[in-house]
This record gives sequence, C-alpha cells and structure tokens, in this order.
Amino acid sequence: MVERTVIIVNKAGLHTRPAAAIVKTASRYKADFTIKKGVFEINGKSIIGVMTLAAEQGSSLLLVFTGPDEEQAAEAMVELFEQGFGEN
Amino acid sequence: MTDEAHTHAEVVFKGIAAAPGIAIGPVYLYSKLVPEVNARAITPEDVPAEIERLRNANARAEKELRKIHAFAEQKLGSSSATIFEAQIMILGDTILMNTIERRIADELRNAEFIVSDEISKYKHLMLAATDEYMHERAHDVDDVMNRIIRNIQDQKLISRLEGTSVIVSETLTPADTVIFSRNQVLGYATDLGGVTSHAALLSRSLKIPAVVGLRNATRQVKTGDTVAIDGYAGMLILNPSATTRGSLDAKAARFRAFEEKLADIAGLPAETIDGKRVELSSNLEFAEEIEFAKVQGTEGVGLFRTEGLLIGRPDYPSEEEQTLVYTQIANAAYPHPVIFRTFDVGGDKLAPDTHHEENPFLGWRGIRVLLDRPEIFMNQLRAIIRASARRNVRVMFPMVATLEEVQKAKAYVRQAKEELRARGVPFDARIKIGVMIEVPSAAIMAEQLAAEVHFLSIGTNDLVQYMMAVDRGNDSVAALYQPFSPAVVRVIHHIIEAAHRKHVWVGVCGEMGGDPLATVLLLGLGIDELSVIPPVLPEIKKIIRSIKYKDARRVADKVLGMTREHDIREYLSSIIKNKVPEIPLEL
Repeated sequence: MVERTVIIVNKAGLHTRPAAAIVKTASRYKADFTIKKGVFEINGKSIIGVMTLAAEQGSSLLLVFTGPDEEQAAEAMVELFEQGFGEN
Repeated sequence: MTDEAHTHAEVVFKGIAAAPGIAIGPVYLYSKLVPEVNARAITPEDVPAEIERLRNANARAEKELRKIHAFAEQKLGSSSATIFEAQIMILGDTILMNTIERRIADELRNAEFIVSDEISKYKHLMLAATDEYMHERAHDVDDVMNRIIRNIQDQKLISRLEGTSVIVSETLTPADTVIFSRNQVLGYATDLGGVTSHAALLSRSLKIPAVVGLRNATRQVKTGDTVAIDGYAGMLILNPSATTRGSLDAKAARFRAFEEKLADIAGLPAETIDGKRVELSSNLEFAEEIEFAKVQGTEGVGLFRTEGLLIGRPDYPSEEEQTLVYTQIANAAYPHPVIFRTFDVGGDKLAPDTHHEENPFLGWRGIRVLLDRPEIFMNQLRAIIRASARRNVRVMFPMVATLEEVQKAKAYVRQAKEELRARGVPFDARIKIGVMIEVPSAAIMAEQLAAEVHFLSIGTNDLVQYMMAVDRGNDSVAALYQPFSPAVVRVIHHIIEAAHRKHVWVGVCGEMGGDPLATVLLLGLGIDELSVIPPVLPEIKKIIRSIKYKDARRVADKVLGMTREHDIREYLSSIIKNKVPEIPLEL
C-alpha cells in the first residue's frame, strides 16, 4: 500500500473535468485507488464518487493505492494533482 | 372545441409574459418525471435477465443523452452543453455499474430499486455539501438516475410528444426547452422563472409563446386539458370559453397584422417625424441571440449581460475563453457598437463562488464583487478590451453606488490596457466606458459620475426596486413596484439632464426601455438610447417613428407635473391610443 497527501491547487476544486482526469489516470493502473478526505472515503476509479468529493482549492486529500503497480499509479496521480489538472 | 371545455369553468392563471404570441391547444403536463420505484424480489434465475435490462436501459439512456448533448451544443454553445457530459460520464462509470450489478445478484432485488438506492447515496452526499455547485451536481445525478430508471421501466423519452401541445411544467431547463422545440410545441407555461430565465430567452428566439411565473399552474391542469397561452399579457387560461377564444384569436390576428407592418420598418432608423434620432439597440445574454436581434432591426447591443458565460460552470471563464466570445459578438454586431456589462453577479444572479447573504440585493454584487476580486475583473477587462480592435466595443460597470468605485474601475481599465500594450495586442485605445445608473445614490450623483465616463445607462428594474424599497417578486408589495411612479420619472429626468450637462449620452437598458407605454415619455425627457429585448424592437421603433419630438417633449413636461402613478399611466396610454392606435397595448 502506498499513501500520498495532495493539496488541491486549481481554482475550481474538484469539478467535472478534474474528476474525469483523475478517473482516467487511475484506470490506467491495476492498483486499487481510494481517496480519503476526513472520515469520507471514495473509490478513485469511480467518476460519481470523485464528483461527490467537495474538495475546494487548498483542501488536502489522502490518496491510497494498493496493487502491483501502486508506486507508478501514485506517482502519476500526484503529478496530475500538482499540475492542477492542467487547469490553471 | 372539445365538449369537455364547455362543461368546465374557465380558470385564469396570471404569470409573466416571457415570449409573445397566442397558443390554444391540449396540455402536456411535463413533470421532472420522478419514476415510481418499488422494491421487488427476484429469483436467482432472474438475475441475468435483470442485469440485461439494466444494461439495455443504460445504453438507451446514453443514446438519449448524446442526442441532447449534441443538440444543446448547437443551440446553446459548448459551455452550456458540458452539463450533459458529466451525466454521460456517470453512465460510463464502471465501478458504479459493477456495484449495481453485484447488488442485484447478491440482494435479489429488481434493477430499478438497486439503481435508485445506490445512486441516491451519492446524491445525498452532494446535497449535504454546503456549496451551491455540489447541489447543482446533485441535480445532474438525479437526472441521470431517473433517466436510467425510466429506461428500465421502458417508458418512452418524454420529448417524443404525440401531436402538438402546450407544455406546462414546474420549470424548464435549457435542455428541456431545446428538446421540446424540435417537436410540435405550441407554447410553454411554467410555475417558476422570470423574464430573463434561460427558458424564456430561448422561447423568444425560437418564437414560441411562453408564460412563466405561474406559481401553481402544474397542480391545477392535467395532460389533455385545453388551455390558451397569452404570451402578450402573461396568462394561462384553463378551459377557455368561446368568448375568450374569440378575443384571443382576434388579438393574435391584430398582432400578426401589426408584426407584418413592422417588418417593413426593420431597416429604417428610429427617428421621429421631426428628425430626432434615438439609438435603438438590444439587450442580449447569449451570443446566439444576436442573429434574431439583427432581423428585428437592432442598431447594436446596448447591454450584453456577460453573466450568461457563467451558467452551468463552477469557475470563471479564462481571459482567452472570454475574448473568443466577446470578439464573436463584436464581429456579429459590427459596425454597430456592443456594450459589454462586466459580470453582474450577486443579487439574484448566480456566482460561481456562491456565498450566502441575508439580503443579497443590498449585498455583495456587481462592481462591488469585481473590485474585491481584481483577478476576475482584470481577466474580464482584458478580454473585453481585446475584443475592441474594430472600435465597436464599449464597457459598462453594474451596481455603481459611489464615484470612488468608478475611479477604481477606470484605474483597472488603464492597467488592463497597459498590460495588453506591453503584450503587443491590438485594441481600441479610446474604448468608451459607461456606468449603469441603478442605485439611488448613483442617480443623485449622475452629473458627477457623468464627468468620469462616456455614457450612462439607466437600469430601471433595480432603480425602481431600490427607490421604492420593493422586491417585485414579493406578492404582498409587488403593486408598489411602479416604474411610472412620479418619483421615478423625476429621477430619470434628473439623470438625463445631468448627463447632458456633461455632454455624455444616456440610455435606458431596463425593462422600461422596452415598454411601449414609456417610449414617448423617455423620448420627451431626452433619452439618447433605448436598449430593449429583441422581440419588441419593431414596436418601439414604430412608436418613435409615429410622433414628433416636440410633442413628446410636451408629453414629458405634462407627466413631470403629475403626482400619481395611475394618472401617468392613463395619460401615456391615451397618447399611444391617439398617436399610434395600431400598437396593441397591454395594460
């Protein structure tokens, strides 16, 4: 299991387009992907789940990867978050 | 006429006229069809068939959504169409769909029950969030859920109407309006909504009569009932009597004849018999509306409400995105001018970063928001200025209450110009700047404000509301919302005189500008420009072309001596009846 903490840097938080980008990136890897925000936990490969995360700019999320390619999946996902989903 | 219409009493619902025209026909009661979902036990042998039903329903739902998406993109532009992209993505959510299929097999319950149960979880989480944007998303989730369930239950797509109907609905989303308009829709009537609601704007451009704000009409009519829509007077009439039908038919004929005559003057200037010119332009919110405005003979865009760009999105559009839209509009209007009003968010208008206020109309809105959010303001100013290269673009600030606000806003304009100059981008260095006069303090200070800018535009809706201290959406006091109040007339007179003393022109872009009853008065008070909704352009032009400026001045003088709204209305309607008898006045 690999865990990473990320901060939402793009202005609009996690709206539809970033949500789609997260799911798309996660689906490229075999590893299971869970996003945790406080007590709240969703499957990061599910668009409806990611859309449910009311993550505004500046809020932090815990990303959890479990599976054979967990390291690579984590690296790709952190990069996506850090770049603000190419939205800025 | 059906026999039934004779046996039922006529019932009149008063609403707001949203798109002109008369329609009589059967009702199609369109509810946001919340399908009934009952839990039903299935046997393990049923499971494959149940999952098959779910998959087929999903495929059909996706097909429907793709159609709606394509249609919305074409009618409303791609930013409004993104709402449907999100819904299509949910249908393609394999985690969600696998969970639903697994639950059907494990719990041995019918597909629609599991779909409803599983998707509702997400909906409730979204509704529990504090921000408006998540609530909007919850609606999307709800829509997509109902679409799947409806398809599982094998109900037909609601937009496939049998024959021609009057659509009666609680509210209509842009998508509903767009989809219905492909069919034989006679008219729209909705419980909710105002004149500037998206559905109202669309039905006007599609030339379908519409009445909005009918409050509880959906609870009193049912599919198959006969109704009449009067899109001039803003009425829905259930079981119209033979007499009512007769008078509506006559009214429709009168308007049609008048409209035909009006078409002849579309290319002529808005000029009085004795040669006084008035600039007659349009109020628009969507780029798509401009073609219709041109057909109606517009001389430009007197108010482009840039808030239209914010609909259905959580963030403010980028400078590039805005530049594209503004340039497109400026080009479509060229050589006529376009006045872009900077984002007027707050009040009753949506803001992407919504926050709650006890009294939004007296709160953080218009220029107040923009001056507090320079990054949003600067992005928009640069975009507007970039669209000005052909010198037909003007910029206007909403909700100005003080001189300092105008001076600060002008400083941002200067800064935006410098930045663009440094970037080597072409623009109109002498772009004209104006302010909306809609706050009483600004009206009183009109002369001092006029000294700072190139033009003033009177926003009568807010000005009347703030002057009379009346929320016209509040039934208990709506009657006090009086645009022809002697106090309002005096203030408009003061604003026009003040502007002229400073040699700047002054227009009206509020609803009063498009009210045929106000035309002679405003003209006589010396107004230089009227910006109106496109459907009424020819009518207002006809009035201007039918009178002498010197007579209008006399009318205005007389009105300035009156002390009761009722007397002013009576007098102005007698003038219209006398000078332009063919104008069908709605009083």
